[in-house]
Amino acid sequence: MAQETNILAIESSCDETAAAIVSDGTRIRANIIASQVAVHRRFGGVVPEIASRHHMENIVPVVTEALATAGLAFGDVDAVAVTYGPGLVGALLVGLSYAKSLAYALGKPLIGVHHLLGHIYAGFLAYPDLPLPAVCLVVSGGHTNLVYLEDHTTRRILGSTRDDAAGEAFDKVARVLGLPYPGGPELEKLAREGDPRAIPFPRAWLEENSLDFSFSGLKSAVINYLHHARQVGQEVNRADVAASFQAAVVEVLVTKTLLAATSYRAGSILLAGGVAANSVLRRELRSAGEQAGLPVFFPPRELCTDNAAMIGCAAYYQYLRRDFAPLSLNAIPDLPLN
Amino acid sequence: MLVLGVDSATRVAAAAIGDDKQLVAELFFNTRKNHSQRLLPMIAALLAETGVELADLDGLAVSLGPGSFTGLRIGLATVKGLAQAAGKPLVGIPTLDALAWNAWGVPGLICPVIQARRLEVYTALFRWQEGELCRLTPYQAVDPASLVSLLESYTAPVYFLGDGVAPYREVWQQLGARAHFLPPPNNLSRAAAVAILGEERLRTGRPDDLSRLKPLYLRPAPAERQTR
Ligand SMILES: [Zn+2]
Repeated sequence: MAQETNILAIESSCDETAAAIVSDGTRIRANIIASQVAVHRRFGGVVPEIASRHHMENIVPVVTEALATAGLAFGDVDAVAVTYGPGLVGALLVGLSYAKSLAYALGKPLIGVHHLLGHIYAGFLAYPDLPLPAVCLVVSGGHTNLVYLEDHTTRRILGSTRDDAAGEAFDKVARVLGLPYPGGPELEKLAREGDPRAIPFPRAWLEENSLDFSFSGLKSAVINYLHHARQVGQEVNRADVAASFQAAVVEVLVTKTLLAATSYRAGSILLAGGVAANSVLRRELRSAGEQAGLPVFFPPRELCTDNAAMIGCAAYYQYLRRDFAPLSLNAIPDLPLN
Repeated sequence: MLVLGVDSATRVAAAAIGDDKQLVAELFFNTRKNHSQRLLPMIAALLAETGVELADLDGLAVSLGPGSFTGLRIGLATVKGLAQAAGKPLVGIPTLDALAWNAWGVPGLICPVIQARRLEVYTALFRWQEGELCRLTPYQAVDPASLVSLLESYTAPVYFLGDGVAPYREVWQQLGARAHFLPPPNNLSRAAAVAILGEERLRTGRPDDLSRLKPLYLRPAPAERQTR
């Protein structure tokens, strides 16, 4: 049997310090995450300087634990992969500076990975033979993108949000509904008890056939609705608000994803990013895909939010084509995908 | 004892190799370029050029701060990676100690000043006593006028150095003839000092905990200040 390729991957682009070891792009040997959710909760969002400080203290322990969990030593590592953008620059720099040093000290190649591509490759961890070309909907607190994936080297962005990311809209609406941080999952829970057709919140379709998104108008509509209800002393059914808001977001996401998949003749649809954990989005996208005769793939929930295993998987395909980075690799907060 | 010293606390990016208190090699740039792009290639070049392998080192030392938060993290994350992968001990050296060392043997108070945001400087007072560099006050961020008031309570001459000298020169000069300045190169922190002070620490004390070692920020993160 041929020797396995072990990639040590590191991710620190936002508020999770993560390290993973992935063999041959599919076998997760370790996937360790030091979450800072509890730290940022009292601020109602991620504070960049605080995130960077915590990465500094978490980075060595997560890598040590990843090696121990995998039962491997540094000598077994074939390459070091790291997220170098997009993300919070101070946060990225901790993982990047550390990963570069490891690669140099071990005499192994360094692989710089785009964070968004990492989210997409969470799908390939679970489904290595996912049919290509694929259209991927990447939805998280930081991104809302439709990506066309022709093969493992060629991809392009078909559409992006023009304002808030979908996950950001979830978090902000959750906050005005008085839900605890991080609000997305809490909002989904509340929405289960509500009627998604109760309030006709607007859907931002933008120009005809546009694959871009906009969620700030919807967010404002929810705030106005609550504000108006308060002014006239009308009681608000928060569950109905949550369900109606969620339905508006999901309808736009699903419709545009299907439009992209059919107009680009994709062989499959892949859902990725933190919001890909949302059950309503999963259900609606799957049924829309079925109607169009397109298979829809979701990564397992634990691989949807930020983690390093997805970085290790994306890095494996870069490793195969020797797409290595120099030791001068810098963090790029607004790194483009292409 | 072969020690690699690294400093990226301020505008300066530097790396040096010290051996038994002698400077073997030093690379030093006081040019505004991203430390993240430059620091590790510099270290790699320094080692390659001197023929020293990471495995040959007895330990590593890093300039721990105060300074630019991002610069400090780049330096510390870089040496943590090197020390962990090479299995070498690491010590953090306060940046103000390394800077004070540039005023080797002066007869009086040494007052390193590093520019901090919000019109303050990071500082501490030092003095040479029987060949030892002794720190007299805590590391702190302070506005230059208050620092001068503090210095007025002493009688000894004061030697200012650091990147906070030039921007506040008029304030320091309020001490009149007691204010002394060092030649321009001494105002910049040197990795050589970090390496040599690091060797001292490695000889006499225990290395720092690789996992827990964090920069000497001297200031809370912005949001923490607001909520407290
Ligand atoms: Zn993400």
